[in-house]
Amino acid sequence: MAAETQKKEILLPSERKMSFKERWGYTWHEMKRNSMCYLMMLPFMIFFLFFTVIPVVMALPIGFTDFDMAHFPPKFIGLQNFYTMFLEDDVFIGSIRTTLIFAIFTGPLSYALSFFLAWLINELHPVLKTIFTLIFYAPSMAGNIYFVWQLIFSGDAYGYLNAVLNELGITTAAIQWLTDANYLLGCVIVVQLWVSMGAGFLAMRAGFQGIDKAMYEAGAIEGISNRWQELIYITIPSMGPQLMFAAVMQIVSSFTVDLVGRSLAGFPSTDYKAHTIMTHAFDYGWIRYEMGYASAICFVLFLAMLLCNQLISKILGKYMN
Amino acid sequence: MAKKELKPSQIQAQIEAENAAALEALRKRREKEHRKMERSKGSNKQVGKSWKNDIGIFLFLTVLGLFMLAPIYIAIVTSLKPVNEIFIMPPRLYAMDPTFDNFKDLFVVANNSWVPFSRNVFNSIFVTVAATLFHVVFACTAGFILAKCRFPGCKAINKIIVIALLFNSQVTYIMQYIVMANLGMINTYSALIFPLIASTMGLYLMIQSVGQIPDAMIEAAKVDGASLLRICWGIVMPNSKPALMTIIIFQFQAAWNSNGGSLVYDEALKTIPTVVQQIAAAGMARQGAIAASAVVLMIPPLAIFIAAQSNVMETMAHAGMKD
Repeated sequence: MAAETQKKEILLPSERKMSFKERWGYTWHEMKRNSMCYLMMLPFMIFFLFFTVIPVVMALPIGFTDFDMAHFPPKFIGLQNFYTMFLEDDVFIGSIRTTLIFAIFTGPLSYALSFFLAWLINELHPVLKTIFTLIFYAPSMAGNIYFVWQLIFSGDAYGYLNAVLNELGITTAAIQWLTDANYLLGCVIVVQLWVSMGAGFLAMRAGFQGIDKAMYEAGAIEGISNRWQELIYITIPSMGPQLMFAAVMQIVSSFTVDLVGRSLAGFPSTDYKAHTIMTHAFDYGWIRYEMGYASAICFVLFLAMLLCNQLISKILGKYMN
Repeated sequence: MAKKELKPSQIQAQIEAENAAALEALRKRREKEHRKMERSKGSNKQVGKSWKNDIGIFLFLTVLGLFMLAPIYIAIVTSLKPVNEIFIMPPRLYAMDPTFDNFKDLFVVANNSWVPFSRNVFNSIFVTVAATLFHVVFACTAGFILAKCRFPGCKAINKIIVIALLFNSQVTYIMQYIVMANLGMINTYSALIFPLIASTMGLYLMIQSVGQIPDAMIEAAKVDGASLLRICWGIVMPNSKPALMTIIIFQFQAAWNSNGGSLVYDEALKTIPTVVQQIAAAGMARQGAIAASAVVLMIPPLAIFIAAQSNVMETMAHAGMKD
């Protein structure tokens, strides 16, 4: 993690060879010395424990059970769910492909776009900065106004897009944007991109605002001659933590695309074209009440996100140092 | 000698005044040089900002911004259209006869339910303010500790936080419900507020941002005898203002839009999003009313966003700090 790599590594006495008792005694001493730290963390950690850690720990093993929310306790069935998932469930295999398409388009693309826009906005006058930050963040503030996108992509001539294309004479018949398998995925990706300038973008804006102006002056003296060099040698290295935060947020949002697809293309969508892994989990969890299987799906997705996170933090970590 | 009779404090004051004057002169000279440098840069269009570049950026952002705003614009226009205009073909991008009927309808229906709508408004405000306040205070304090203090368990907690951010299971909500049911919290305000306080995103952003504050600054404060709590709120937070404001925006928005419909069933405890959802599901699901509710719900987060963003100061206090 970037926050940790930034700290200087000090060889603690605990890293020397010590007997178990000695080591425990030392840890206890350290804990007592830092009691203020624990005390200050306590309020948050109590809430965190009860409403995040305990639910997550309770949810983890459900993937190895057969659980329909009515029969307690859940029946342990080992790896059965995972066998079914990879060997028998064709829709799941198809959803991996859809999720990857989404992840590629709305992950790296949206991440790069967020950074690029945050950077461009930063070059402007302070008042314009606020206005443009607002404009690009507005879609995530507007929340679930998917009904507007349904109006735009509507399959009859009432749809804005069809109306415009008809008026311009580009098309003569209305296109079924959200039910035609050829267009559907593209439409959902556009909407997902539209909504994706969220937490990551705002964090990057905050990162840009926090950069020390003197660094640029120093850079100019050291011989940096254009904005690109400034970006690569000064801006990006001093924004590591925000970039890492945005990356985590982007991983989460692009791997768990679900609601946009469901509310636009319907559920299930034509040919399962917009059927992501998360939609599959929703299907099994909340339509068929097979929570055990749904949890197993989520567990696989979680492992994929964890792997992706490790990879990105390695790359970012290497670049920042 | 007159000088010898000066008290130590006076001597110190004198030295400080001299230092300040010298610093001021130095600063002025640097600014002058800097301005000269900027001017020379402007001529060959490098590092410094040329207005031609700025206009290019402005135009580019405006075009992209129009695309971002278009759906929101359509939502607003739809909310102002009377019923007969919604089905005009082809659809118009403006309302010919704008009306507030949709908004009036929304409030009339909302007021005709079991509890007055003002009660739901109060619930929303109370839940949002409480969740935002406690989350920001707790998460900032904990974030500072996790970013800047070394103690047994610190690395493990940092790892757990990232894992909690990534873990997104269909059953987590059920488990959360079970925990809350066991604590006897269902159908109380705490069921709406407490899970929001535990939001991991704000904490993670704070940990990441506080990590950037120079250690020297915190060490200096420690040497001066400041307590950790004092360092956190007196020194670190004022220097992490952009991150602090960002957390407030995130949390306010999340709390305001949170739909605790499954956690409280008493009408008197429901918040606006839950009520609006009920109205939309109860047969009044017309485009106009949905659009009106979307527009109304957007206003408070927007106000907070503008207030918070204009509060972020461009120059950071630790700008002069060198390690």
